[in-house]
Amino acid sequence: MVGITAFGAYIPFNRLDRRKIAEAYGEPVPPGEKAVANYDEDSVTMAVEAARDCLAALQPGSLGGVYLATTTSPYREKLSAATVAAALDTPDTVRTVDFTSSLRAGSAALLAAADAVHSGTDNVLVAVADCRTAAAKGQFEQLFGDAAASFVIGSSNVLAELEDACTVTGDVLTQWREADDRYVRAWEDRFVVSRGYGPLVTKALASLAGKMRLTPGDVHKLVLYAPSHRYLAGTARSLGFEQSQIQNGLFGEVGLAGAAHAPLMLASALESAQPGQRILFATFGEGADALLFRATANAGRFMPHRGVTGHLQSKKNTMNYLTYLRWKGMLDFEPPRRPDPERPSAPAMWRNTRNNLAFYGSRCNSCGTPQIPAQRVCVHCRAKDEMSGHRFADTPARIATYTIDHLTVSQDPPTVFAVVDFEGGGRLLCEMTDCDPAAVTIGMEVEMTFRRLFKAGGIHNYYWKARPKR
Amino acid sequence: MSIRDKVAVIGMGCTSFGEHWDKSANDMLIDAAYDALADAGLAPDDIQAYWLGTCASGWAGISLSEPLKIQYKPVTRVENFCATGTDAFRNACYAVASGAYDIAMAIGVEKLKDSGYSGLVITPPPGDGTAPNYSAPAAFSLLAPAYFSKYGLDPATGKKVLARIAYKNHKNGALNPKAQFRKEVSMEKILQSPIVAAPLGVMDCSGVADGSAAAIIVRAEDAGKYRPDPIYVKALSVVAGPGHGAMHQDYDFTSIRETYHAGVDAYRQAGITDPRREISMAEVHDCFTPTELVIYEDLGFSARGRAWQDVLDGVFDLDGRLPVNPDGGLKSFGHPIGASGLRMLYEMYLQLRGQAGPRQIDNPKLGLTHNLGGFPWEAVCSVCIVGKEPG
Repeated sequence: MVGITAFGAYIPFNRLDRRKIAEAYGEPVPPGEKAVANYDEDSVTMAVEAARDCLAALQPGSLGGVYLATTTSPYREKLSAATVAAALDTPDTVRTVDFTSSLRAGSAALLAAADAVHSGTDNVLVAVADCRTAAAKGQFEQLFGDAAASFVIGSSNVLAELEDACTVTGDVLTQWREADDRYVRAWEDRFVVSRGYGPLVTKALASLAGKMRLTPGDVHKLVLYAPSHRYLAGTARSLGFEQSQIQNGLFGEVGLAGAAHAPLMLASALESAQPGQRILFATFGEGADALLFRATANAGRFMPHRGVTGHLQSKKNTMNYLTYLRWKGMLDFEPPRRPDPERPSAPAMWRNTRNNLAFYGSRCNSCGTPQIPAQRVCVHCRAKDEMSGHRFADTPARIATYTIDHLTVSQDPPTVFAVVDFEGGGRLLCEMTDCDPAAVTIGMEVEMTFRRLFKAGGIHNYYWKARPKR
Repeated sequence: MSIRDKVAVIGMGCTSFGEHWDKSANDMLIDAAYDALADAGLAPDDIQAYWLGTCASGWAGISLSEPLKIQYKPVTRVENFCATGTDAFRNACYAVASGAYDIAMAIGVEKLKDSGYSGLVITPPPGDGTAPNYSAPAAFSLLAPAYFSKYGLDPATGKKVLARIAYKNHKNGALNPKAQFRKEVSMEKILQSPIVAAPLGVMDCSGVADGSAAAIIVRAEDAGKYRPDPIYVKALSVVAGPGHGAMHQDYDFTSIRETYHAGVDAYRQAGITDPRREISMAEVHDCFTPTELVIYEDLGFSARGRAWQDVLDGVFDLDGRLPVNPDGGLKSFGHPIGASGLRMLYEMYLQLRGQAGPRQIDNPKLGLTHNLGGFPWEAVCSVCIVGKEPG
């Protein structure tokens, strides 16, 4: 049996209340809020966070593959799945692939993972993340949100078996970004739905239903990608599904999250799936993928660390529209009179790949003191070369002292730097993120999160920051 | 094992400190060097070896030999963060004490105002880019909440203590014609200055200035040949720390260990057992107000947890029991890194010889200078003690 053995989600802490957009332009907006990746987040960091959400029950060493699906890769040339795998501390024998360019990238990665498991690779992690930018004052700006979801596809302890799948390909120009486009372009809605989305999704679902001799009544939840709330309900009902069967599209909570949208809904559906229930999952993008899952007797025995439910509840929605523009790089602020960061050195990054991406320090074999960054001479007993690797990524920590820096270069000043004391020993002076500077206190509980420190010379520099415990 | 009374300073020069838009580092080196030569009554050819302290305004000995047209003599460039100037002096003293040379010059310079940046910027060597990019005030501001919290100061009282330090230093600087800022600043203005790194405001930070200072060193027994009132070196200490505080949880950010250890070493060399009583005056590294606060405790001027009360009681004022930063400190002078340590020594040279004008302290015997480079948890520190009399 091949199917989903673990799942997780990541929804950025910050949400933009759509009324802030309405206030800016004096025009009506859809209800609710949208999730906004912080300026130090991108699809890679969100994929890592979603993967960490589902890996609580699984050792990274057991992963045979790490597949990243996104339409917003930080690089046009350079594999991002390799960064995700390194951050998760997988062995270097793991198979890594980026699935890109299509809103169907997530389901394509899931299908490829299932194929890999069928042919003998076990435990393939699929992380789907997207943070698409839309031009200011447009419908897409109102609609789009940022999020990520993750799944492990495997053959033991399966929670939801992949019973069958069906793909339809159709090269319809509905929405696109040319290689140098910053913002999503689209043809008019009526064409997109009547000649693209509608018929392709219907054909994929109908083909699958025909193969499996399914009727809507056999399906507990329909997890359906849709370009908007309206088309979700309309399409589902035209296919014969009841309102109660339609998985919430999270348009009012997260927004339309690109390739990650339907996968996020799937992760949400899995949180409440009962043994025997069927979940029909369909995506769209130059065609459609339809996948039929059936929850096994294991359903309910696995729960992600926070999951969709936990992430939805952990939020701050007071950001203003100018901050949103700033984070998305759509508004140039006067830079401080400080030098921009130098590009990082590739050899130095290479020497420290494991320490920086998987967040290893060291622990002294002589006296037991954990320390980060990794040392050769012990900071406590000065034993030389008596160190073992010690990973701090999941270690709870507290703030020993902190500062709010108004002078340093940042996309969102002021920057909070904190001295973080890890439970069991070890201390790091690092940047904080997703925090309200005024609310930071000595003794505050923090957790580590994978972020992009800065970009220089075309190099995205990833490392870890502390955030208040979500 | 001590440098005590082995060497003496027989001449010094110091430029005014400030925004010298019209002067290069070379210009300031020439001014300070020739001032020192004139003060000692010497000609350029009398100097046998040079130690040049500069953090980032030049590289190698030629940064000094070229502007001064030094004729093929030893010039060593020294860099040790904010301890650069004092370390240049230290090395020159050792060279003379060893007998390798009879007369040496230590000179420091920094040209900060050509960068266009606010504050000091040092470009690190290429790296993996993961070191946190905090500004210097942010790094030192970490001391404040930790100190307040440990000793039960509410934020308002803590802020007032810090402001009182800045107030004192500006008050002293107002009396100094060589200072960058020569005005008293009210407590209110300091307390209300815009926040740079909470809780520090702009007025909790030292200024950004250009400057240069120089000293000429001979063996103590020769000093009388050059002038009747030389000053004598009693102790020279430079320590570099292991970076322990950023990695080990037993450091609590209310002290800077490098300062403590340099102090202990210097007091041993000078035979001082009760610094609060024996030291007549001190020039310490007030890069930011919380730095000066913890220095008082690390150097034994105040008991642990008591420095804030001593500040409020005026212990370190110009007319207090132990005047600190009588010339106005980094607060009034700015901090041209390579020059600061020698600028501090210049004030000791003036005070010990009764030449400090309206800032003159009554009959000082021993003066201490202190520099701190790096960060509270990972620093180099220099302490120098000089005296009016040998023995």
